[in-house]
This record gives sequence, structure tokens and C-alpha cells, in this order.
Amino acid sequence: MKLSREEVLHISTLCRMSMSDAELKIFQEQISNILENFEILKEVDTTDVPPTAYPIHMENIIREDKTAPCLPQSDILANAPHQEEGYFRVKAVLD
Amino acid sequence: MKLYDLTIRQSHELLKKGEVSSIELTKAVMERISEVEEKLHAIVTLTEELALRQAQQADERIRSGDSTPLTGIPALLKDNMCTKGIRTTCSSRMLENFVPPYNATVVEKLGDAGVVIVGKGNMDEFAMGSSNEHSAFFITHNPWDLSSVPGGSSGGPAAAVATGETIYALGSDTGGSIRQPAGFCSIVGLKPTYGRVSRYGLVAFASSLDQIGPLTKDVTDSALVMNVIAGYDTRDSTSVNYPVPDYTKALIPDLKGLKLGIPREYFVEGMQKGVEEVMRTAIAKLEELGATVDWEASLPSTKYALAAYYIIAPSEAMANLARYDGVKYGYSHDGENMWDAMEKTRQFGFGPEVKRRIILGTYALSAGYYDAYYLKAQKVRTLIMQEFQQAFEHYDALITPTSPTVPFKIGQKVDDPLQMYLSDVCTLPINIGGIPGLVVPAGFCDGLPVGMQILGKPFSEETLLRIGYAYEQATDWGQQRPPISERENDAS
Repeated sequence: MKLSREEVLHISTLCRMSMSDAELKIFQEQISNILENFEILKEVDTTDVPPTAYPIHMENIIREDKTAPCLPQSDILANAPHQEEGYFRVKAVLD
Repeated sequence: MKLYDLTIRQSHELLKKGEVSSIELTKAVMERISEVEEKLHAIVTLTEELALRQAQQADERIRSGDSTPLTGIPALLKDNMCTKGIRTTCSSRMLENFVPPYNATVVEKLGDAGVVIVGKGNMDEFAMGSSNEHSAFFITHNPWDLSSVPGGSSGGPAAAVATGETIYALGSDTGGSIRQPAGFCSIVGLKPTYGRVSRYGLVAFASSLDQIGPLTKDVTDSALVMNVIAGYDTRDSTSVNYPVPDYTKALIPDLKGLKLGIPREYFVEGMQKGVEEVMRTAIAKLEELGATVDWEASLPSTKYALAAYYIIAPSEAMANLARYDGVKYGYSHDGENMWDAMEKTRQFGFGPEVKRRIILGTYALSAGYYDAYYLKAQKVRTLIMQEFQQAFEHYDALITPTSPTVPFKIGQKVDDPLQMYLSDVCTLPINIGGIPGLVVPAGFCDGLPVGMQILGKPFSEETLLRIGYAYEQATDWGQQRPPISERENDAS
């Protein structure tokens, strides 16, 4: 499975991670090589085999609807790169 | 014997008798760090002041007669476990200055037991890698040969345990990240059953595969640490409410009545001959100890595990790592607008292997490819799990090598991601299956360590520890200490 330059660029947009031209070139080559190796999965007959998301039996766990202590706002904001008046500061979302 | 070479059990005995204080033990470890860290580079953040404070508290607690087997004993934590007030970097530029406001559950539990935290251990960035060469800060070296890798991603913690920079460590394992470095550094590493140990506060890589476990000098220590960290946690909805036994009770020095299978698919093509020889000798020893060994065990889907893993793990990783947007915490890059800033934050905050996996995961989950890659991999996961289940109807445990080779040279695989991925070929099926795996030192090949991997059905940690313990008692591989020097000969 050979990835085109355009496909890598498209993925870069999907995962919101820009790339230099050099990175684009090397990832295009490496990911193509890896995907080619994954072709081996086509050999496996998975007709009627259900997918597994978790290796253990899972059920929804819902906590009781009671208030409990949480971290103070100042602790949460302490790691924020940009903050203002108790909020995370971000660039304008709408142009 | 030097204090830093003590095991947890030995330290505890001396502390309890008052022959050594936690302060003395902690200082011995700190001195050892200043002696070897320059060559090893295993520690990202050293917490000497905290350690001495905790050691003093531990000494008071021991004097009052209220000690546990872990009280006052130095530990190193892999740098992806949140420690309140102590920088937790995941060896990434993205989190270089991140100071968590809370503790991971395992950190709380060790704290209650009276831990002395010596620092945070180096790792492949966000636990993605098999050699520690993907740390954004520096490369940890293998103490048996400083020009070789210590394995990864818990390479820092493993190298630190092997050299006495700590008495024990906690690592995390998503595809072999505890077991492969344990094998490469000749120590004991346990990946518990998925759900056995809480993941709360462990920085997420691949949520259906990640599990925390101990890196120790021997099997007894592994059991002692498991006694403290295992158990249900309401803050991790994937942790399992299953009784926690006293794991030390499982440590019996014989294997009578146990049936072991040797899955032939794990003796892979391209496997180093010396590794195979060490494994055959080790398995003969298990037989001598009373186990019945069947060389005809088979897990036919093993050859598909690598591809399935490297679709599932990056897919989960890309979703988990979407949180690094430069807004809430971590590295933040300026840009022309919101999207530009976010895209540059991720471009400059992540290193090459993390990016590679985000791209791979994004591709596998993207429109038009989801069925062919992600869904297909999840179906193959079902088949791999079913084969494990069937095997454990016949065998109490399976015995395999940990890695097809001994530690490879620094730089040897770092530019060839597929070759690097192949070094996990014996460890990653275990995470796919959610089963436990224990690695113990099994010998040397060209002077470099070989680890034996013992696998069991879910929640069979006691059986694995018993096998590891019996083997350890009958051999002396685990007692050998690394020279911390460079080896001349090429082991390849």
C-alpha cells in the first residue's frame, strides 16, 4: 500500500499536526513500508469473527450521582500555557 | 554486598532489625546514582530532597513498629506516572514542564506503604519505542554494554534497577515495555493481567493494552510489589474487581504437577542462535524442577500479532494524544490562528516515533480504511485471544523467549521503524490477549542478557511467579551484576 504525498498531507490535517517537507517525505516512505507489511492480515479469514476492543469483559460503570471534592481551579490552571482571569486563554475559534 | 545491591526483602529485614536505616539506604542509592548515572542516563528527574524526607518519615514509622515490606525502600517511577508536585514528562518536549496536580493510584498506594521516591525514570517518548532511543532528552545505556540499548520503553527504570540506582522500579507495558527491558538488563519484570493494576494517573498511550507492573531484582520482590499495587480502583473503570492474593505465598521452589507449553511460533525465523540455546537450557531446567514440558504447543495466529498490534496501538494512541493541543497543559507553539498554533504545537512538541504512530493510527481509523485496518486488526485480536484461551486449557503456562535477540547496538535500528517493531514480536501478543507475562534472567549470549518469558491465563500471576521463583532458586543468573562498561565485541 503506497501512500501518496497528498494522502500524507490529508492525514496531517486530520490529526492537526503540521509537517516539514522533509518529514512529509520520510513519513510517506516509512508508513508506506509499514502498511505494505500489514498486508499479511489479508491472509486471515475473519468471516464471522467478532472484533475485540478490550481483552476483558467490560460493562458500563456509572458512579453515584453525588458531589465529591475536586481539584481547585488554581491547580488545574497552573499548567496552562496561557490563562486569564481563571480561564484557559485560546486564540479566536471563529474568524 | 553494597546496600544499593540489596533486594526489597533483604532491605526490609535489615530495616526491621534496625541494622540499617532508610536514610542510610537512601543515601547509598543516591551515592550510587552519582557514581554511575553519568554513564547510564537512566533518570529524568532526581528527587533527592523528597527521598530523604520520605526516608526520615519511614525511619520513624519503622521505629514505631508500623512498617510494611516496602516501608523506607527506594523506588524509581517511570516518568509516565503522575506524581503530585513532581514533573512528569513522558520523556517528551510536550510535557517537559508538566507538574501533575494529583498522584497516580499506584503512587498513592506506594505512598501509603511508605515509599522513598528517588526520581522519575527515562523512557521512550510516551512509551513508544523498544530501545529508549526515542526519549526526547537523552538515551539510556545498557549497563551490560554501554554501547547497546537497555530496551524500552521502560529502559531507564530497568537499567536503574540493574545497577542499584534504585532498589526497585515501576514500569508500564503496552507491547513489552516492562518485559523487554527487564530481559535486556537481566532483571525481573512483570506485566500483570489487564485490569489487575489501576491505570489511573498513568499517562495514556493505548488504553486497551497499557498496564503498570514491577521491575525488580528478583521474583520475591516482584510478589512484594504486586501485593501493594494490585487491586480494584473505582477511578479506573477498566480495573477488575478480583481478589488480590498474597503473592508471596505462591513462591514454592518446585514445579511438580505443572504442565508447560513451548509455542513453536515464538522461536521465530531470524532468532539469534545463542538466544535459542539459552532458552533450551532454561526449559530443560524447568523440566528438571518437576514440570512437564510439551514442545509441540502452537499458537498459529502469532505471525499476525505484530501487524494487528501496530494498527491497534497507534489507533488508540492517536485518540489519546489528541489532548495535546497546547491549551490545557504542555508545550504551546504560537501560530497565525487557532488551528495553526495547534498544528505547530504538535509538530514541534512530539518526536519522530510519536508522530509516526499518530499518522499510522489516523490513517487506520480514517474514512475508507477503518474496515480494512482497524476493524480487521480487532478481529485478528479475537483470534489471538481465542488461541491463548485454548492453549491454557492444556497448559498451566507457556514459556517463550522475551526477545529474538540480545540487546542491540545504539543506533542500529532507530532509523528503521519496522526493524524496531520486530524486536517486540515475542512480547506484544501478550498485551493483545490481556494476559500476564513474567520475565526472569535466563542466562547470557556473548556476554549479553537473555530473558525467559512465562505466560499464563488471566489472573494467573501466582503461577508465573512460582515458575519464575523456582527457576531463580535453581540458577544464579539473577544474582549477576552488570559491569557498567563498554563491550568490545559485536554481539550480533
